[in-house]
Amino acid sequence: MDARAKASPMPPAPQRSAPEARDVAAIGQAHLTRARMAEVLGTLGVALLAVCVLGVMFGSVRIDFLRALTQPSSPDHAILFAARMPRVLMGAVVGAILAAVGAALQALVRNPLAEGGTLGISSGAAFGAILALVFAYRVGGGAGIVPLAGFAAALLSTLAVYRLGQMHGRIEPFSLLLVGVIFNTFWSALILLINSVVNLYQTRSILFWLVGSLEAPTYREVAAVGALGAGGFVWLMWHARDMNLLSLGDDPARDLGVDVDAVRRAIFIATSLMIGAAVSVSGMIGFVGLIVPHILRLAFGADHRLLMPASFVAGAAFLVAADLIARLVIAPGELPVGVITALCGGPFFIYLLRREGHRGIAL
Amino acid sequence: MSPPLLAARGVAAGYHQRRVLHEVSLQVAPGELLAIVGPNGAGKSTLLKVLSGALQPWGGVVELEGRPLQTFDRRALARRLASLGQESGSAFAFTVLEMVLMGRAPHLGALRLEGERDLKVAQQALERFDLLPLAARSINEISGGERRRVLLARVLAQEPQVALLDEPTAFLDLKHAAEIFSRLAQLRDERAMAVVATLHDLNAAALYADRVLLLKDGRAVGCGRPEEVLTRDNLRLVYETEVYVGRNPATGTVMVLPAAR
Repeated sequence: MDARAKASPMPPAPQRSAPEARDVAAIGQAHLTRARMAEVLGTLGVALLAVCVLGVMFGSVRIDFLRALTQPSSPDHAILFAARMPRVLMGAVVGAILAAVGAALQALVRNPLAEGGTLGISSGAAFGAILALVFAYRVGGGAGIVPLAGFAAALLSTLAVYRLGQMHGRIEPFSLLLVGVIFNTFWSALILLINSVVNLYQTRSILFWLVGSLEAPTYREVAAVGALGAGGFVWLMWHARDMNLLSLGDDPARDLGVDVDAVRRAIFIATSLMIGAAVSVSGMIGFVGLIVPHILRLAFGADHRLLMPASFVAGAAFLVAADLIARLVIAPGELPVGVITALCGGPFFIYLLRREGHRGIAL
Repeated sequence: MSPPLLAARGVAAGYHQRRVLHEVSLQVAPGELLAIVGPNGAGKSTLLKVLSGALQPWGGVVELEGRPLQTFDRRALARRLASLGQESGSAFAFTVLEMVLMGRAPHLGALRLEGERDLKVAQQALERFDLLPLAARSINEISGGERRRVLLARVLAQEPQVALLDEPTAFLDLKHAAEIFSRLAQLRDERAMAVVATLHDLNAAALYADRVLLLKDGRAVGCGRPEEVLTRDNLRLVYETEVYVGRNPATGTVMVLPAAR
C-alpha cells in the first residue's frame, strides 16, 4: 500500500464535505517540501556512510585496523587502501549510477519495470566495451576508448529499443520490455561470440561482463566513473520536474510547457553515458535500477525531484551492501556482486510484473 | 483596437494524408465560453489541438493576443493557455495535490520547488472542485470522474487566460457535470478567463455557452449565440437525423431532443 495514503489524516471522506478551513500545506507528505527532501536525503546519506564503513571494516579476510593505519608497509594497509577502499567507492559510484539511471528510464518510457538491464542497454554497453577492449588490445589505443565505446553502444541500444517499443507513435509498455529482453539476449550472444573468437582472458573474464563484479578497481577508474556519473546525474536533475510531467504523456507534458524532445534527448544521452561508464568498469550488474527506485517511490512518493537524488544515494548504499554480502557469504572466497543483485532482483521483477500487470500499466 | 485574445483564421489541419479541418475561423474574447459542437469525427478535438499548438495547422494561422502561436516558447504559452485532454493518469502514484501542483510548472524555474503562493493557488483549485478531501490520495486510486475534476483543477492552477477543454464532462454524472459547468461559468466571470470546450451535449452547450461553433466534416456550419446556431434546420443538416428544438421550460434556453423513432 501507498504509505502516504495511510499517513493522510483524512479518511476517504464523503464527496460533499464542504471546503472547511482545511489547509493543503497541513496535509503531510502529499507534496514535496524542502524539509522533506532534507530529511529523506539526510537519512539516506547517513545510511550510505554507515554501509561504507561496514564495507571497509569487513571482508573475506580480517585485518587489524591499528596496524593498517599505522604501518604503511603491512599487508593490512594494502588490503584496506588498495583493495577494500577503492572497491567500496566503486560500489557506491556504480550503484548510484544504476539506480538513478533506472529512475530516469522509468520516467522516459512510463514503465516502472524499465532499467538498464531489462531494456538491454547495459548488455549493449558491455558489448561495446568488450569490442573496444579487444580492439585496444590488438591495435593499441588508450583506455579511454572503452567507456566511450560502452557509451556509444548504450546510446544505440536505448534509441533502438525506444523506437521499436512504439506502436503508432505511442509507447507500448509490454512490447517495449519485450524488445529490451530480446536486445539483452542478442547482445549477450554477441559477447559470447567474441569470447569464442578471441581470448577474453587477455582482457577480463567473460563472467565479469555477464554477471557484473566490482573486483579490483583502481582509484583512477573510480574517479573517472565518478566524474561521468556525477555529470550525467546533474544533467538529469535539471530535468527532474520535467520527468514528472513526462510521465503523464507527451501531450500533457507539452501543454504544461515541457520541451519534450529536449528532455528525451537529455535522458537518452545522460543515461547512456552513465551506463557506459558503469558497465565498462563493473560489467552488467542487474536489477539495482529496478529495486531501488521502486522501494523509494513507495516510501517517499513519485516526485522525481526527490526520487532521483534519493535513488542516487540509496543505490550507492544498496550496491555497497550487496557487495559486502558477496564478499562475506562464502569467505574466504568471493561472489561477483551481480549474483547477489540478480538473486534479489529476479523475484522482485516477477512480483512487480504481476502487480503492475494487474493494475494495467498497458494504458 | 486591441486584437482578440485567441483567434483562428482559415485553419486547415489533419493527420498524415487525411484532412480533418477545412478553413475554420473563430475568435474568443476574455470572459467568454465558446462551445464547439458537432457529430463524432467532425474535427472538434482536432480544432482544439490546433488552438493549443499541439498540432501544426496545414494552412491558416492561430493567434494569441495578436501573436502567432509558434512565436511563443512552450513555457510562455503554457502560462497563458491550458489544455484538458483525454489523458488517463500516470504510470506512477502521484497524489492529487502533486498532480494539481504540476499546473504550476510553467510558472516556476527548473529547480524551484512550489512555494506558498503555488500551494495557495492549488488549494483554491482543489476547493473549487471539491477535491480537498482527496488531496493526499493517489491519482491512480480515485474514480474516472474524480480524475477528470483533478485535471480541471490542474488547468485552473495553471492560471491561464484561455482554457481549452476537450469534453470536460466526459465520465461525469449529471450532478457533477452541472457543477463543473457552473464553476467554469463562475471562473469565466471572476477572472475573465476564456473557455473553449468541445461538447457532445447540445443542451449543456445551449445552457452554458455564450457562443456555439457547429462543425460538420471539418467545416463550420454556424457560429454565434446558441439560439442562432442550434436551429432545427442546422441540426438536421449536421446530425442527419430528425430533432425537436424547443425551449427548456426551467431556464428558457434552447433545448434539443432526438425526434427520430
